[in-house]
Amino acid sequence: MTGLFSFLKRFAGNRAALLGAAVLSVILLAAILGPMLYAVDPFDMVGRPFQLPFGKYPLGTDVAGRDLLAGILRGARVSLMIATVATAGAMFCGLLVGAVSGYYGGAVDNVLMAVTDFFLTIPSFVLAVVVVAIFQPTITTVTAAIAVVSWPSVARLVRSEVIAQRDRDYVQACRALGMSNAEIMFLQILPNALPPVVVVASLMIATAILTESGLSFLGLADPNVVSWGYMIGVARSALRTAWWMTAIPGVAILITVLAINLVGEGLNDALNPRMRKR
Amino acid sequence: MKSASLGFVVRRLAQMVPVLLAIASLNFFLVHLAPGDAAEIIAGQSGHATPEFIAGLRHDFGLDRPLLQQFFIYVGRLLRFDLGYSAVQQVPVISLILDRLPATLLLMLTAITLSIVLGVVLGVASARMRGTWVDHAISVGALAFYAVPAFWLGLMLIVLFSIVLGVLPSGGMSEIGKAGTGLEHALDVLRHLILPAITMALFYLALYTRVMRTSMLEVLSLEYIIAARAKGLPESAIAWRHAVPNAILPIVTLAGLQFGHLLGGSILIETVFGWPGLGRLVFDALLQRDMSLLLGILFVSSVVVVLANLAVDLLYGFLDPRIVHK
Repeated sequence: MTGLFSFLKRFAGNRAALLGAAVLSVILLAAILGPMLYAVDPFDMVGRPFQLPFGKYPLGTDVAGRDLLAGILRGARVSLMIATVATAGAMFCGLLVGAVSGYYGGAVDNVLMAVTDFFLTIPSFVLAVVVVAIFQPTITTVTAAIAVVSWPSVARLVRSEVIAQRDRDYVQACRALGMSNAEIMFLQILPNALPPVVVVASLMIATAILTESGLSFLGLADPNVVSWGYMIGVARSALRTAWWMTAIPGVAILITVLAINLVGEGLNDALNPRMRKR
Repeated sequence: MKSASLGFVVRRLAQMVPVLLAIASLNFFLVHLAPGDAAEIIAGQSGHATPEFIAGLRHDFGLDRPLLQQFFIYVGRLLRFDLGYSAVQQVPVISLILDRLPATLLLMLTAITLSIVLGVVLGVASARMRGTWVDHAISVGALAFYAVPAFWLGLMLIVLFSIVLGVLPSGGMSEIGKAGTGLEHALDVLRHLILPAITMALFYLALYTRVMRTSMLEVLSLEYIIAARAKGLPESAIAWRHAVPNAILPIVTLAGLQFGHLLGGSILIETVFGWPGLGRLVFDALLQRDMSLLLGILFVSSVVVVLANLAVDLLYGFLDPRIVHK
């Protein structure tokens, strides 16, 4: 409990991280409650197209007369969900591969790390584009593609953390107690290796939001849901006459990613105090 | 040192072989996962295809052979730089890619150079003026640009510089209908290069500035810097001549690692600016659902990244003579 308390104290001492957390909470609330409180279908043509913000519709209407605020709120839900699930998937694979690789070493390690390095070599966004294009864009394929290109860096990190832990006395003690390898790996070593992984996970959500927006900007998005990148892609054709239509969803991405990055760095400072940046 | 380097290059080139084979396998795997094979796609385009016609096409493409045999044929083709045929554009994939590669490399190298040079300058300034308003301003700026979707930033720069101010072109690589020669053409391309290169550079500039600041602060606290200061060397000489050469190493590593990321980013930037490179080719391939072209681009861009990593490894030995490649 004291560990949690000192962690919270360190985190709260970081003003930028607190600001990020506050902004992120607002965005999360908007994503969860927004579509219920502002019950406008983002695909409905509610009025005349090209209406300016702060008129009849809070953020105006887009090229087809759809309510931009409704799109931003739904988009928040979609972007955050895809990014979070993709990160969870990448974490799962990365933790598994990294833990097994670091714990067993030898040939297992060589093979798994060769695969990991291979995936680190391939340009990740190009691979994501190809995967989504081949399997047709749906929420599932986009999420899976982002997870597929994100897990290798987690695996690398977890492996080095596990290697640092595996010869410690407590691990020897677990072995002497007759614990199985799986128990030692996942119940004893991993919890100790987790702090840097938590930081990477938080920053990965931010990257995933950027990747998702890029994919949907290229048209690789589920046609049945609105996302911020999709909104930018649609508005782009009217850049000359109605630049704000492009600007608004981009600002939403910028604020969200910035808030997540601030929280991630706050976590880093609070969880790994010795590695604190000067 | 010379001969050791040569051995190192040869060994690194040998190490590339399994990586390239793995890339080829992945490509092959993806092709076979894709719904509908090449025969069905072509048959679909021809409009009226009998099952016999499709079977004939499958036979012509070798799609009726065992999978393993198909794989060896595929690898054999790759070895001859044969990446297949774009059914949509009616040209070999490799020639489409080689056509576009120089434009992408020009854009990427300009962006890398810009981001490293400015990132080092800003990072050093930030570290030397640590805690001042300059340091804070640079840090906040870096934080913001690190969070911006680059393709959106590009669109906003077009709004500002092309539409509002009207000082820079909004897209393309040169003025249409203005053939120009020599210097005139180069200047025209340069004018078109400014916005996409800056857009691409800003994200990495933000990253490098932050890394350089941290790295510089670390090096500045080392004993040899204190010794240099005790000797009475001017501060700027200490920073630039003694600290920077050591502090810059993480940037070089990072730049090498980011090469693939940069290539991916160029798809978006080139789409925004209509820059006629590989990225733009990806976008066109997506529109036309040209899978053989897409997979060819994935293969070539992976090869480019592998080569870039090799180049960085060699550069590393040059920048830091303590690293001897055996």
